Amino acid sequence: MIDLTKKAGFGLDQRHRAEQRFQWAGKLAIATSLLFLLVMVGSIVTDASGVLRQTQIAVDLDLGPENVNPSNPQAASYGRIVKSSLRDMFPEVTRRKDKKRLYNLVSPEGSFEIAAMVTDNPALLGSVQTLWLTASDDLDLFLRGKVDISLPPKQRRISDAEITWIKILEDGGQLRRVANWGFLSSGDSREPEIAGILSALIGSAFSLAVCFALSFPIGIGAAIYLEEFAPANRISDLIEVNINNLAAVPSIVFGLLGLSVFLGVMGLPRSSPLVGGMVLALMTLPTIIIAARAALRSVPPSFKEAALALGASPVQAVFHHVFPVAMPGMLTGAIVGMAQALGETAPLLMIGMVAFIVDIPDSVLEPATALPVQIFLWADSPERAFTEKTAAAIIVLLIFLICMNLIAILLRRKLEQRF
Amino acid sequence: MVDPIISARGVDIFYDTKQALFDVDLDILPNKVTALIGPSGCGKSTFLRAINRMNDLIPSCRVSGSLTIDGQDIYDPAVDVVALRAQVGMVFQKPNPFPKSIFENVAYGLKIHKLSPSKSELQDRVEWSLQNAGLWNEVSDRLDQPGNSLSGGQQQRLCIARAIAVQPKVILMDEPCSALDPIATAVVEDLIDSLRKEYTIVIVTHSMQQAARISQRTAFFHLGTLVEFGDTKTIFTTPKDERTQNYITGRIG
Repeated sequence: MIDLTKKAGFGLDQRHRAEQRFQWAGKLAIATSLLFLLVMVGSIVTDASGVLRQTQIAVDLDLGPENVNPSNPQAASYGRIVKSSLRDMFPEVTRRKDKKRLYNLVSPEGSFEIAAMVTDNPALLGSVQTLWLTASDDLDLFLRGKVDISLPPKQRRISDAEITWIKILEDGGQLRRVANWGFLSSGDSREPEIAGILSALIGSAFSLAVCFALSFPIGIGAAIYLEEFAPANRISDLIEVNINNLAAVPSIVFGLLGLSVFLGVMGLPRSSPLVGGMVLALMTLPTIIIAARAALRSVPPSFKEAALALGASPVQAVFHHVFPVAMPGMLTGAIVGMAQALGETAPLLMIGMVAFIVDIPDSVLEPATALPVQIFLWADSPERAFTEKTAAAIIVLLIFLICMNLIAILLRRKLEQRF
Repeated sequence: MVDPIISARGVDIFYDTKQALFDVDLDILPNKVTALIGPSGCGKSTFLRAINRMNDLIPSCRVSGSLTIDGQDIYDPAVDVVALRAQVGMVFQKPNPFPKSIFENVAYGLKIHKLSPSKSELQDRVEWSLQNAGLWNEVSDRLDQPGNSLSGGQQQRLCIARAIAVQPKVILMDEPCSALDPIATAVVEDLIDSLRKEYTIVIVTHSMQQAARISQRTAFFHLGTLVEFGDTKTIFTTPKDERTQNYITGRIG
């Protein structure tokens, strides 16, 4: 009888074992990478969770005419009013050093907040008002238990006296935690409790828009010419080698080029998303060209032949039949390039997008910063509260990236459905 | 004797230094089906592609000698290759409809050559082409469907409809049935026979039965030379050359 079982020989045992080994190795590799991903995302999300809410402190402010001139409320010294209110709340504090600590409970930006509230609602003027002001980052961290009070007072940011005041405020219902929309709607600040991501987000969006507007048409055009029309000779070989090499050039080199040409020679505005986008476009071009050429090459030559045999001119054959079929692949290449550009810091440092920008840019010509640069800046800041901001900014960057990819996928699917 | 529509005199074709065709003299008569047969690599496809200058796509390809259509040299620098290909259509070995709708496939040639100024005229011409390609009854209710949703045989007839839509004088066919099953082949062969009234057809085929069935004239190529050329009946019944005899009886090739 013919043996059809595993015991039939042919080295079957060994072959099956090899197969099992390989499959397990593969599963292990996938599990490991998933674990790393989970740990990474988990730690970022945990770090960033503190940014979701912020602490506010209720302060009774005397906005009477002796403190604020009703005809010109912007000129009033709200900082002084806040300080005197705090002194009234804790009259026992008399030493200069302690007073300074007391003032630190409220964010230094508090005076701007009052000015903004008064502008919005002039009815507040003329009497004593209880307003909620943003508390300092140290108070916020302490309330969330992020300050280790077992440490000796000299080694922590918050003293025993401050802890007493905070306890009193808390018991008096003068502290509250609210959703921190400011993080998404304001620009950078030296004070972590006020610092927001919007200026960097807009800066990144502007830079990428410029980058896409430049690199996509130029890259696709170059790829179509090189792949479909350029004669195959030594010059086109040289160009091909150079494009491949450019894709591997460190991005900071493109930043240097931008610094010397765009800023130095052409005199374009420093730190602007326009220049940032142009530098990123230079960096992205080789990626887009290489991907687009691969996409063009993957179109069956029979389409082009059929069109040419019908009497289409070469340009018609390419643009009517090759280009539409290659478009989804080109788009994939472009999105890979754009994702690289989004995460790029080094070339932006060279052209000054690392500057401390508080204002939200209105156009591509205004100074701005970008998300990865903002992350770098915050990670570099000494205040502990910036750790959370850094993690939150990373999440914003990741969400931006996911949105970009999503748009690309939807666009590609739409293009592919046309047969 | 009818004047030939295409005539080749001393045609040599080279790929770089390798010569693929040697001194071919051949007259193709109008409204006849001329079959080019011979073993693989004999140069029959090279000759076919020289007629509408599809060889231009291969940079290393060079043609010498005289190849004329209606008395004009195809390789004259004054010839516009787009105008030539509008007169000499082509159907390929593998059905290659565009990745567009059936309607768009047929309408494409009409659109690029601006042959149908109005929309209704365009629709009429597309219908006419599909009817003449024997495909109208099968696709009239789904012209907006993609061309590659059809079966292989239907796709090839769509390609023929696409080629005849611009009403060329000559249609070149490069093994049009080699990717089709026998039933689809029979349909396409009937179509070729009916197209003969309007067009001159040059067809490359590997099937000798097909050549015998559909052609009036047959040319046998071997190793780059035209061995024998004449009426199909004569070639298949009383070949003069021993190589032809061996090929059609299946001893070589």
